[in-house]
Amino acid sequence: MIYGVSYTALVFFIFFVGLVLGLSFYFARKTKSASSYYAAGGQIHWAINGIAFAGDYLSAASFLGICGMIATFGFDGFLYSIGFLAGWIVALFLIAEPLKRLGKYTFTDALNSKFKSRAITLTAAISTLIVSIFYLIPQMVGAGDLVTPLLGLPHWVGVVLVGIIVIFIVASAGMTSTTYVQFIKGGLLLVLSTILTIYIFKNGFTLNPVNDGSAYHKFITLTPEVADSVVISVADYKVISQQNVKTKHFVKLEKDNVQRWFDLVKDNDQYLLKEVLSISEGEQGIMLYNGEPREKAKFFQVGHMSKIIVDGKEVEKTGPVSPFRFLSIINKSEIVRFSEVKLTDEGKKVTLFYQNITKGKDFMLPGLKYKIGKGASVWSRLDFISLMLALFLGTAALPHILIRYYTVKSQRDARKSTILAIAAIGIFYVLTLFMGLGAAINGVMDVESSNMAAPLLAKAFGVVLFSVISAVAFATILGTVAGLIIASSGAIAHDLLDNYFNWNLSDNKKVKVGKISAFAVGIFAIALGIAFKGMNVSFLVGWAFSIAASANLPAILFLLFWKKTTAKGIASSIVVGIMSSLTIILTSPTMWDRYGLDPANAIHKLDNPAIISFPLAVLTIYIVSLLTQDKLVEVHVEANV
Amino acid sequence: MHHGPAAELGTDHASAKKAKLGVWFFYLYLFLYAGFVVVGVLNYELLGLEVFGGLNLAIVYGIGLIVFAVLLGVLYNNMCSRYEDDLNKEETGL
Repeated sequence: MIYGVSYTALVFFIFFVGLVLGLSFYFARKTKSASSYYAAGGQIHWAINGIAFAGDYLSAASFLGICGMIATFGFDGFLYSIGFLAGWIVALFLIAEPLKRLGKYTFTDALNSKFKSRAITLTAAISTLIVSIFYLIPQMVGAGDLVTPLLGLPHWVGVVLVGIIVIFIVASAGMTSTTYVQFIKGGLLLVLSTILTIYIFKNGFTLNPVNDGSAYHKFITLTPEVADSVVISVADYKVISQQNVKTKHFVKLEKDNVQRWFDLVKDNDQYLLKEVLSISEGEQGIMLYNGEPREKAKFFQVGHMSKIIVDGKEVEKTGPVSPFRFLSIINKSEIVRFSEVKLTDEGKKVTLFYQNITKGKDFMLPGLKYKIGKGASVWSRLDFISLMLALFLGTAALPHILIRYYTVKSQRDARKSTILAIAAIGIFYVLTLFMGLGAAINGVMDVESSNMAAPLLAKAFGVVLFSVISAVAFATILGTVAGLIIASSGAIAHDLLDNYFNWNLSDNKKVKVGKISAFAVGIFAIALGIAFKGMNVSFLVGWAFSIAASANLPAILFLLFWKKTTAKGIASSIVVGIMSSLTIILTSPTMWDRYGLDPANAIHKLDNPAIISFPLAVLTIYIVSLLTQDKLVEVHVEANV
Repeated sequence: MHHGPAAELGTDHASAKKAKLGVWFFYLYLFLYAGFVVVGVLNYELLGLEVFGGLNLAIVYGIGLIVFAVLLGVLYNNMCSRYEDDLNKEETGL
């Protein structure tokens, strides 16, 4: 997308990011001890803790990714909202209480307390490292996307910027996710999402959305002369070439020395050429947007309604609508999405985004990304089941998710905080549905990346709302990235080098090794953030969930609920979980596309690995534990240490 | 990184019962969640069925799963508190 710099947005953005970072540093200095680190020694009110809990959980992926995926694929994006919350319930019901009886607070601590096994230390550290890195990718991608419309700079600059800031923070002062900062972030995210949703309802529906004061781009439709599905001529245009991609026909036309692409469609027995958005390589490697250089700014934000049906009648616009009416009108109407096609023209790569008219009733059902309806292949059905499985089981398996549950004074307050958090997260996820749908129909979508759907929708309603929302999302990303880099460097320096390889480092050296590890992980994260540009961040988080669910959850569940579990069983299960999920991800159609290969030729058609990797890991822990019973270490679970 | 609690929680005689309740609630939620997935895979057209007010089953079921999670959480909290009141009080009395 081509963005100009908005100085008003920039000023507000810097102010709010500075405010959140300043508060982080302020509270970090005030809270030094382990107990005060999270909850000020149990002095914090349960309600504040609850919203802070929500602030912990609602990473940028929830806000940017889910809204973007709903705006692009409709209900399929909402599957992530449903799954993320369901996963949280699993963590609370199944893991929280039994784990607390063990007196341990993270998955690694629990495993290591029961079996003093070097194999577990090694595999758990590697698992933490891999899950953290896969969680880092979407954060970095999101960071790059956020900075682009604010500064008008390329995506990679945003990624590098975040990487450098976080490495600096981690290496110099350290950054803690204190309760008050998470409370502010969580609270702001909820309030701002509510404001944005109210704007959507107030705005209602229109065929001609206005974006930040400027009218929506009028897409050209031409009537060509066609013979045997080949365009012969078009009035006022010169036909340059035609490319057929599967069932679609794309035609390159020239007018006033500008070459543009059109989609040949048949409408009521009449052929029409509909304007598409294109990105192509021009002379001397200059990228052309709709056939013209970047500075001409001929690339547009898109996404609109082609038909609005209210009470059976077609209308041009509606006034304000209620939430239920908003959903039911979309269900009856018609939306224009922009779908991507890649082709090669005169030896150069061309990406086209064509108008894909989608019935509202299809948009409001699963199937546009994960095909499960009539004619869907077994692979796509498995992919859908696999995604839902990973989302359901992944949350509980993330190394850090339940920490805050154990850090308030009374159990009652811990639970009350948790219930408030579930309610807040639940409300937020319902709001993502409205924000995503709102972005889809208000002409704000950036075809190059779906992640900016919600912030760009905010921009359409006002630059201040946009900059504040972007700042909160950016600060959230900074906090999450810092936490993940600290966790990764801890896994390398503490668990691997110190504990496993017995380097016996002095405290000073440990800190130094930790900082070098943080720097290395930071650089790696920057590279990955650039490599995965344009991918939906929720989809990427789905991968982190799949790996976590496969590598960690069988281990923790068997540890808690099956007395015959052995150290070797756990270590093998973690290895099998990691290896199988990674192998499936790295050979998936999506990765094939990243490698520059045709996704249709990928080894398999599964994008989400959990349906294979999770049962494999379960089977491994069961069989290996049975085979290594003589090595069983008897451990008594003490109730409430 | 330290992961210790902010304060010691003391002996809780209700913890086994709470854990059991958690497992039951997990199965209940799993049943409903799996129901959504099964309907999607085996009888996809059913998800498009208009349930009320122009909303299809997919939307109602999806939002329903979110709302139910919250309600189940509230119920879990209440029942756990009751177990703690009953069992920990009895123990104190002995």
